[in-house]
Amino acid sequence: MTGTQIIFLIFALFTLGSALMVVTTRNLIHAALWLVATLFGVAVIYTLLNAGFMAVVQVVVYIGAIAILFIFAVMLTRKDLRDNVSQMNKNWWAGAIVAVLTFAGLVFTLQGWSGFSKTAAAVPSGFDAISQLGDKLTSPAAYVLPFEVASVLLLAALVGAVYVAFNKK
Amino acid sequence: MIPLSWYLILAAALFGIGLFGVLVRRNAVAILLGVELMLNAVNINLVSFWRYGDVSTMAGQVFAIIVFAVAAAEVSVGLALVISVYRRRNTVVADELDLLKW
Repeated sequence: MTGTQIIFLIFALFTLGSALMVVTTRNLIHAALWLVATLFGVAVIYTLLNAGFMAVVQVVVYIGAIAILFIFAVMLTRKDLRDNVSQMNKNWWAGAIVAVLTFAGLVFTLQGWSGFSKTAAAVPSGFDAISQLGDKLTSPAAYVLPFEVASVLLLAALVGAVYVAFNKK
Repeated sequence: MIPLSWYLILAAALFGIGLFGVLVRRNAVAILLGVELMLNAVNINLVSFWRYGDVSTMAGQVFAIIVFAVAAAEVSVGLALVISVYRRRNTVVADELDLLKW
Protein backbone atom coordinates (compact mmCIF):
# COMPACT_ATOMS: atom_id res chain seq x y z
CA MET A 1 0.00 0.00 0.00
CA THR A 2 1.59 3.22 -1.08
CA GLY A 3 0.49 6.64 0.11
CA THR A 4 -1.29 7.39 -3.17
CA GLN A 5 -3.34 4.24 -2.88
CA ILE A 6 -4.39 5.10 0.67
CA ILE A 7 -5.42 8.61 -0.44
CA PHE A 8 -7.34 7.10 -3.35
CA LEU A 9 -9.17 4.64 -1.12
CA ILE A 10 -10.09 7.31 1.44
CA PHE A 11 -11.48 9.67 -1.17
CA ALA A 12 -13.17 6.92 -3.17
CA LEU A 13 -15.04 5.83 -0.04
CA PHE A 14 -15.81 9.47 0.76
CA THR A 15 -17.17 10.00 -2.77
CA LEU A 16 -19.30 6.87 -2.76
CA GLY A 17 -20.60 7.51 0.77
CA SER A 18 -21.69 11.03 -0.03
CA ALA A 19 -23.18 9.84 -3.34
CA LEU A 20 -25.27 7.35 -1.35
CA MET A 21 -26.39 10.18 0.91
CA VAL A 22 -27.38 12.21 -2.19
CA VAL A 23 -29.78 9.53 -3.35
CA THR A 24 -31.16 8.50 0.04
CA THR A 25 -31.41 11.56 2.28
CA ARG A 26 -34.88 12.99 2.84
CA ASN A 27 -34.10 16.69 2.91
CA LEU A 28 -33.32 17.95 -0.60
CA ILE A 29 -31.11 20.80 0.61
CA HIS A 30 -29.00 18.21 2.41
CA ALA A 31 -28.95 16.11 -0.77
CA ALA A 32 -27.60 19.11 -2.70
CA LEU A 33 -24.93 19.68 -0.02
CA TRP A 34 -23.95 16.00 -0.16
CA LEU A 35 -23.65 16.45 -3.92
CA VAL A 36 -21.09 19.18 -3.23
CA ALA A 37 -19.13 16.68 -1.10
CA THR A 38 -19.32 14.07 -3.87
CA LEU A 39 -18.09 16.54 -6.49
CA PHE A 40 -15.23 17.52 -4.21
CA GLY A 41 -14.23 13.87 -3.87
CA VAL A 42 -14.29 13.51 -7.66
CA ALA A 43 -12.05 16.60 -7.92
CA VAL A 44 -9.52 14.85 -5.65
CA ILE A 45 -9.70 11.79 -7.93
CA TYR A 46 -8.88 14.06 -10.90
CA THR A 47 -5.88 15.41 -9.02
CA LEU A 48 -4.66 11.85 -8.43
CA LEU A 49 -4.97 11.31 -12.19
CA ASN A 50 -2.61 14.26 -12.92
CA ALA A 51 -5.52 16.21 -14.40
CA GLY A 52 -5.16 19.45 -12.44
CA PHE A 53 -7.18 21.52 -14.86
CA MET A 54 -10.10 19.10 -14.61
CA ALA A 55 -9.98 19.35 -10.82
CA VAL A 56 -10.12 23.14 -10.95
CA VAL A 57 -12.94 23.12 -13.50
CA GLN A 58 -14.77 20.59 -11.33
CA VAL A 59 -14.61 22.93 -8.34
CA VAL A 60 -15.42 26.10 -10.28
CA VAL A 61 -18.12 24.84 -12.65
CA TYR A 62 -19.67 21.93 -10.79
CA ILE A 63 -19.46 23.08 -7.18
CA GLY A 64 -19.50 26.79 -7.92
CA ALA A 65 -22.26 26.88 -10.50
CA ILE A 66 -24.23 23.66 -10.86
CA ALA A 67 -24.54 22.77 -7.17
CA ILE A 68 -25.55 26.35 -6.33
CA LEU A 69 -28.13 26.19 -9.14
CA PHE A 70 -29.52 23.03 -7.54
CA ILE A 71 -29.77 24.74 -4.16
CA PHE A 72 -31.63 27.65 -5.77
CA ALA A 73 -34.02 25.24 -7.51
CA VAL A 74 -34.68 23.38 -4.27
CA MET A 75 -35.46 26.62 -2.48
CA LEU A 76 -37.75 27.82 -5.29
CA THR A 77 -39.74 24.59 -5.37
CA ARG A 78 -39.90 23.78 -1.65
CA LYS A 79 -42.92 21.66 -0.89
CA ASP A 80 -43.98 19.51 2.03
CA LEU A 81 -42.47 16.35 0.53
CA ARG A 82 -40.19 15.94 3.49
CA ASP A 83 -41.65 14.50 6.62
CA ASN A 84 -44.10 11.64 6.36
CA VAL A 85 -44.24 11.07 2.60
CA SER A 86 -41.75 8.64 1.15
CA GLN A 87 -39.01 10.20 -0.97
CA MET A 88 -38.81 7.09 -3.10
CA ASN A 89 -41.46 5.54 -5.29
CA LYS A 90 -42.94 2.21 -4.38
CA ASN A 91 -40.82 0.28 -6.89
CA TRP A 92 -37.58 1.33 -5.21
CA TRP A 93 -36.44 -2.28 -4.83
CA ALA A 94 -36.65 -2.74 -8.61
CA GLY A 95 -34.53 0.38 -9.06
CA ALA A 96 -32.01 -0.97 -6.56
CA ILE A 97 -31.84 -4.28 -8.41
CA VAL A 98 -31.33 -2.52 -11.76
CA ALA A 99 -28.58 -0.33 -10.28
CA VAL A 100 -26.75 -3.28 -8.70
CA LEU A 101 -27.08 -5.30 -11.91
CA THR A 102 -25.68 -2.38 -13.92
CA PHE A 103 -22.71 -2.14 -11.57
CA ALA A 104 -22.13 -5.90 -11.67
CA GLY A 105 -22.47 -5.98 -15.45
CA LEU A 106 -20.02 -3.13 -15.92
CA VAL A 107 -17.44 -4.73 -13.62
CA PHE A 108 -17.93 -8.13 -15.23
CA THR A 109 -17.52 -6.71 -18.73
CA LEU A 110 -14.45 -4.70 -17.77
CA GLN A 111 -12.89 -7.70 -16.06
CA GLY A 112 -12.64 -9.55 -19.34
CA TRP A 113 -10.73 -6.64 -20.90
CA SER A 114 -6.98 -7.13 -21.14
CA GLY A 115 -6.09 -3.59 -20.06
CA PHE A 116 -8.19 -3.75 -16.90
CA SER A 117 -5.38 -3.95 -14.36
CA LYS A 118 -2.66 -2.02 -16.17
CA THR A 119 -0.78 0.71 -14.38
CA ALA A 120 -0.06 4.17 -15.70
CA ALA A 121 3.16 5.01 -17.47
CA ALA A 122 4.95 7.96 -15.94
CA VAL A 123 4.09 11.32 -17.45
CA PRO A 124 6.94 12.25 -19.85
CA SER A 125 9.26 14.85 -18.37
CA GLY A 126 8.58 18.34 -19.66
CA PHE A 127 5.02 17.42 -20.57
CA ASP A 128 2.67 20.25 -19.61
CA ALA A 129 -0.86 18.91 -19.65
CA ILE A 130 -2.55 22.29 -19.32
CA SER A 131 -0.76 23.97 -22.24
CA GLN A 132 -1.24 20.81 -24.31
CA LEU A 133 -4.95 20.94 -23.52
CA GLY A 134 -5.14 24.59 -24.52
CA ASP A 135 -3.33 23.85 -27.78
CA LYS A 136 -5.64 20.98 -28.61
CA LEU A 137 -8.79 22.91 -27.76
CA THR A 138 -7.91 25.84 -30.04
CA SER A 139 -6.07 24.13 -32.85
CA PRO A 140 -8.02 23.60 -36.09
CA ALA A 141 -6.21 20.29 -36.53
CA ALA A 142 -7.61 19.04 -33.22
CA TYR A 143 -10.72 19.98 -31.27
CA VAL A 144 -11.60 23.57 -32.08
CA LEU A 145 -14.90 22.62 -33.75
CA PRO A 146 -16.36 20.67 -30.77
CA PHE A 147 -15.14 23.50 -28.52
CA GLU A 148 -17.05 26.12 -30.52
CA VAL A 149 -20.11 23.89 -30.83
CA ALA A 150 -20.09 23.57 -27.03
CA SER A 151 -20.14 27.35 -26.71
CA VAL A 152 -23.11 27.57 -29.08
CA LEU A 153 -24.82 24.83 -27.05
CA LEU A 154 -24.26 26.80 -23.84
CA LEU A 155 -25.70 29.94 -25.44
CA ALA A 156 -28.76 28.03 -26.65
CA ALA A 157 -29.22 26.50 -23.20
CA LEU A 158 -28.93 29.94 -21.61
CA VAL A 159 -31.57 31.44 -23.88
CA GLY A 160 -33.79 28.38 -23.51
CA ALA A 161 -33.54 28.36 -19.72
CA VAL A 162 -34.42 32.05 -19.49
CA TYR A 163 -37.36 31.56 -21.85
CA VAL A 164 -38.71 28.46 -20.08
CA ALA A 165 -38.41 29.81 -16.56
CA PHE A 166 -39.64 33.31 -17.43
CA ASN A 167 -42.82 34.32 -15.66
CA LYS A 168 -45.12 35.69 -18.33
CA LYS A 169 -47.57 37.33 -15.95
CA MET B 1 0.82 3.01 -8.45
CA ILE B 2 -2.93 2.68 -8.65
CA PRO B 3 -4.14 0.20 -11.28
CA LEU B 4 -6.71 1.37 -13.80
CA SER B 5 -9.26 -1.08 -12.42
CA TRP B 6 -9.67 0.92 -9.19
CA TYR B 7 -10.79 4.01 -11.08
CA LEU B 8 -13.09 2.00 -13.33
CA ILE B 9 -14.73 0.24 -10.39
CA LEU B 10 -15.17 3.56 -8.58
CA ALA B 11 -16.78 5.04 -11.69
CA ALA B 12 -19.05 2.01 -12.13
CA ALA B 13 -20.18 2.22 -8.50
CA LEU B 14 -20.83 5.96 -8.79
CA PHE B 15 -22.80 5.33 -11.99
CA GLY B 16 -24.87 2.66 -10.23
CA ILE B 17 -25.66 4.98 -7.33
CA GLY B 18 -26.66 7.74 -9.74
CA LEU B 19 -28.84 5.33 -11.70
CA PHE B 20 -30.53 4.27 -8.45
CA GLY B 21 -31.27 7.92 -7.69
CA VAL B 22 -32.70 8.55 -11.16
CA LEU B 23 -34.93 5.48 -11.06
CA VAL B 24 -36.14 5.75 -7.49
CA ARG B 25 -36.50 9.36 -6.38
CA ARG B 26 -39.90 11.01 -6.71
CA ASN B 27 -38.78 14.61 -6.70
CA ALA B 28 -37.75 15.92 -10.13
CA VAL B 29 -34.84 17.93 -8.68
CA ALA B 30 -33.54 14.79 -6.95
CA ILE B 31 -33.71 12.93 -10.27
CA LEU B 32 -31.48 15.62 -11.79
CA LEU B 33 -29.07 15.16 -8.87
CA GLY B 34 -28.81 11.49 -9.85
CA VAL B 35 -28.07 12.46 -13.45
CA GLU B 36 -25.21 14.64 -12.21
CA LEU B 37 -23.72 11.66 -10.35
CA MET B 38 -23.87 9.56 -13.52
CA LEU B 39 -22.18 12.30 -15.58
CA ASN B 40 -19.41 12.51 -12.99
CA ALA B 41 -18.88 8.76 -13.19
CA VAL B 42 -18.49 9.05 -16.97
CA ASN B 43 -15.99 11.87 -16.51
CA ILE B 44 -13.88 9.80 -14.10
CA ASN B 45 -13.76 7.08 -16.76
CA LEU B 46 -12.75 9.49 -19.51
CA VAL B 47 -9.99 11.14 -17.50
CA SER B 48 -8.60 7.83 -16.25
CA PHE B 49 -8.54 6.42 -19.79
CA TRP B 50 -6.64 9.57 -20.82
CA ARG B 51 -4.09 9.04 -18.03
CA TYR B 52 -3.61 5.32 -18.66
CA GLY B 53 -3.62 5.58 -22.43
CA ASP B 54 -1.62 7.91 -24.65
CA VAL B 55 -1.13 11.03 -22.52
CA SER B 56 -0.11 13.32 -25.38
CA THR B 57 -3.37 13.09 -27.35
CA MET B 58 -5.45 14.81 -24.61
CA ALA B 59 -8.59 13.32 -26.16
CA GLY B 60 -9.99 12.10 -22.84
CA GLN B 61 -9.68 15.47 -21.16
CA VAL B 62 -11.19 17.31 -24.14
CA PHE B 63 -14.09 14.87 -24.11
CA ALA B 64 -14.56 15.39 -20.37
CA ILE B 65 -14.62 19.17 -20.86
CA ILE B 66 -17.35 18.79 -23.50
CA VAL B 67 -19.25 16.66 -20.97
CA PHE B 68 -18.88 19.52 -18.45
CA ALA B 69 -20.43 21.95 -20.92
CA VAL B 70 -23.26 19.58 -21.78
CA ALA B 71 -23.91 18.94 -18.08
CA ALA B 72 -24.12 22.67 -17.40
CA ALA B 73 -26.57 23.10 -20.29
CA GLU B 74 -28.61 20.10 -19.16
CA VAL B 75 -28.87 21.31 -15.59
CA SER B 76 -29.84 24.87 -16.50
CA VAL B 77 -32.59 23.82 -18.90
CA GLY B 78 -33.75 20.98 -16.63
CA LEU B 79 -34.05 23.16 -13.56
CA ALA B 80 -35.79 25.88 -15.59
CA LEU B 81 -38.32 23.24 -16.70
CA VAL B 82 -38.80 22.10 -13.10
CA ILE B 83 -39.37 25.67 -11.91
CA SER B 84 -41.77 26.33 -14.78
CA VAL B 85 -43.70 23.14 -14.03
CA TYR B 86 -43.81 24.01 -10.34
CA ARG B 87 -45.24 27.41 -11.18
CA ARG B 88 -48.04 25.94 -13.28
CA ARG B 89 -48.88 22.65 -11.54
CA ASN B 90 -47.63 23.44 -8.02
CA THR B 91 -45.78 20.12 -7.76
CA VAL B 92 -42.32 18.74 -8.46
CA VAL B 93 -43.22 15.09 -7.92
CA ALA B 94 -42.49 13.29 -11.18
CA ASP B 95 -45.41 10.84 -10.72
CA GLU B 96 -47.94 13.67 -10.65
CA LEU B 97 -46.79 15.21 -13.93
CA ASP B 98 -49.05 13.00 -16.03
CA LEU B 99 -50.69 15.55 -18.32
CA LEU B 100 -49.63 13.60 -21.40
CA LYS B 101 -50.84 10.27 -20.02
CA TRP B 102 -54.06 8.81 -21.44
